[in-house]
Amino acid sequence: MSTSLDSILPDYRDQAPAVAERFKRLKERPVVLEVDHLGRQFACNGGTVTALRDICLKIHRRELVCVIGPSGCGKSTLIRIIAGLDAPTTGRMLVDGKETSGPCPERGMVFQGYTLFPWLTVRRNVMFGLEMGGMDRSQAESEALQWIDLVGLGRFKDSYPAQLSGGMKQRVAIARALAPNPRVLLMDEPFGALDAQTRAQMQAHLLEIWRNVEVTILFITHDLDEAIFLADRIVVLKANPGEVQEIIEVPVPRPRNPAQFNSPEFLATRRRLDELIHPRTAHALTEKLPIFRMTQAGDDVE
Amino acid sequence: MSRPWFVIGKELNPRVRLVFTLLSFLLPLVVWALVSYVPFLWHPLVRVGSPGDVSWFKPGLLVDRAVFTEENAKAVVAGGRAADGIRANPVFLPAPHEVARAFYTAFNTKPLLRGDLWLHESLALSIKTIVWGFLLSSLIGVPLGILCGAYAPVSRLAEPVIDFIRYMPAPAFGALAVAVLGIYDAPKVAIIVVGTFFQQVLVIANTVRRHDPALVEAAQTLGARPWQLLRRVIVPSCIVDIYNDQRILLGWAWTYLIVAEVVGVSSGITFFINQQAKYRNFDNVYAAIIIIGVIGLTTDQALAFFGRQLFAWKNPGSSRLRSFFARHLANRVIALAPETAVPPVAKS
Repeated sequence: MSTSLDSILPDYRDQAPAVAERFKRLKERPVVLEVDHLGRQFACNGGTVTALRDICLKIHRRELVCVIGPSGCGKSTLIRIIAGLDAPTTGRMLVDGKETSGPCPERGMVFQGYTLFPWLTVRRNVMFGLEMGGMDRSQAESEALQWIDLVGLGRFKDSYPAQLSGGMKQRVAIARALAPNPRVLLMDEPFGALDAQTRAQMQAHLLEIWRNVEVTILFITHDLDEAIFLADRIVVLKANPGEVQEIIEVPVPRPRNPAQFNSPEFLATRRRLDELIHPRTAHALTEKLPIFRMTQAGDDVE
Repeated sequence: MSRPWFVIGKELNPRVRLVFTLLSFLLPLVVWALVSYVPFLWHPLVRVGSPGDVSWFKPGLLVDRAVFTEENAKAVVAGGRAADGIRANPVFLPAPHEVARAFYTAFNTKPLLRGDLWLHESLALSIKTIVWGFLLSSLIGVPLGILCGAYAPVSRLAEPVIDFIRYMPAPAFGALAVAVLGIYDAPKVAIIVVGTFFQQVLVIANTVRRHDPALVEAAQTLGARPWQLLRRVIVPSCIVDIYNDQRILLGWAWTYLIVAEVVGVSSGITFFINQQAKYRNFDNVYAAIIIIGVIGLTTDQALAFFGRQLFAWKNPGSSRLRSFFARHLANRVIALAPETAVPPVAKS
């Protein structure tokens, strides 16, 4: 980013009155998910590696929080611990103020790899969580159909996952995770495997669902624009060990739309994230690769 | 236009595939026919026509070619007539047409000895032995294999000893089986169980261990409890592979049949084969062996076909049986073939 642009951009901490008001109200809402001094160490070659250290987070009701960080910062470990698929070494986790551990449908999860059950139709996939909760089949079916309609796949309810495109599979996965009415929806880079266009559609789709469903979302991504576009607050982790570097309140007003990608607030936030995630980017680009010339002199491509 | 055939990973088009499949059976048959019908290929013996003056030759006798020329030379030197004869193959290599005829005659040849069984009765007995052995083995082997694959304690408890027993050849248990279970059908079933069971547990345990852990995690976050994980996720996610394992294991069960059937009182197809070999009816022997192959191949292909029907989700839309139903029961298409009722895959 050029210096001239830098001087025009506002500070990412400046919030328009409406945005500030919204954050004030948001913080008055009860805390749904609290992560309290969470740490995770792995045994590795006789020693221990600290993947996460002293993570503290409070996520309010119906908030959408994104977690970003460089690769290896423990984003996935964090969300797996919150989902109950991994156990923390230290610290604890509270949902609605009650300490909890182990996997539980109150914390629904959407994985990057879809993880739909290939032997079940879309309908039966979405019914899965409801049936596990002990709901009888006919009621589970009618509820599942509502969720399938919500993600716009009514026509595909009897298709098998193998017949769906990546974006559609991920919509089914979202419907499946939402069906048992989780308090928190955990999403682990859910759109990472999708092409750019589908990903943009899915982001808009997710915001639409979030507006209409009583759910709090914790969303992991490595895509900075995605984080800014979706999040109320962005938790920036740093690597080695994974620690919270900063929690950014996104100043971009809601409702969000793709036109905001070039708004000053968006760009200011983007610049801050770039600083945090890629602090030495400029240096890395100028660093010379040890390549010697293997083409004829004069045969230049640029 | 010529396209290269030897491209790694490239499927042949359906017509060429069919031709190759037919050739796969036809080529060995052609070799067999050549060896049988072309006199100068192999034919190491001579079938004596008129014995001439060789004292011990008789019409129809099979003699080594070298011996034949030697004896003739001796007879000529002694002033007698030479014998004549035609080149022939040994009795253990009947010509294709003889074996083909045996397919018919073997079934309606009355058994020579009282108490011997007709061919179809022998076959039925063999199939019964296989089915019982395989069912009994599967009844315990499949669930145990699944438990081994899913739970480490079960695996550690069962697999080492099973791995150990697996190396003991099933026929080694023959005498024991007869001592415990008598001389009739029970020890034969036992041999097949012994031969199948231990492999079965290990093979299925390995298949189940290859399940996708991400699916288990997804089910856990949806509230599945441990027992439900096994029943609703592990088993369905592996069922196609288990089914295919069972097809392969059934083939192994057949290989143990021949051993099993000579344990105690010899019975079934093996008895038929041994008896016919004793009478030197090698055409019947070949026919019986080929029948075993035909039964095996047919069973396997039938199971493969039913597998495709059973596990529609594995290859939706490519089943001939289902599209047949779909065409003929157009108004009930949705129940039978959901994939034909939905619009084609669209990018979301």
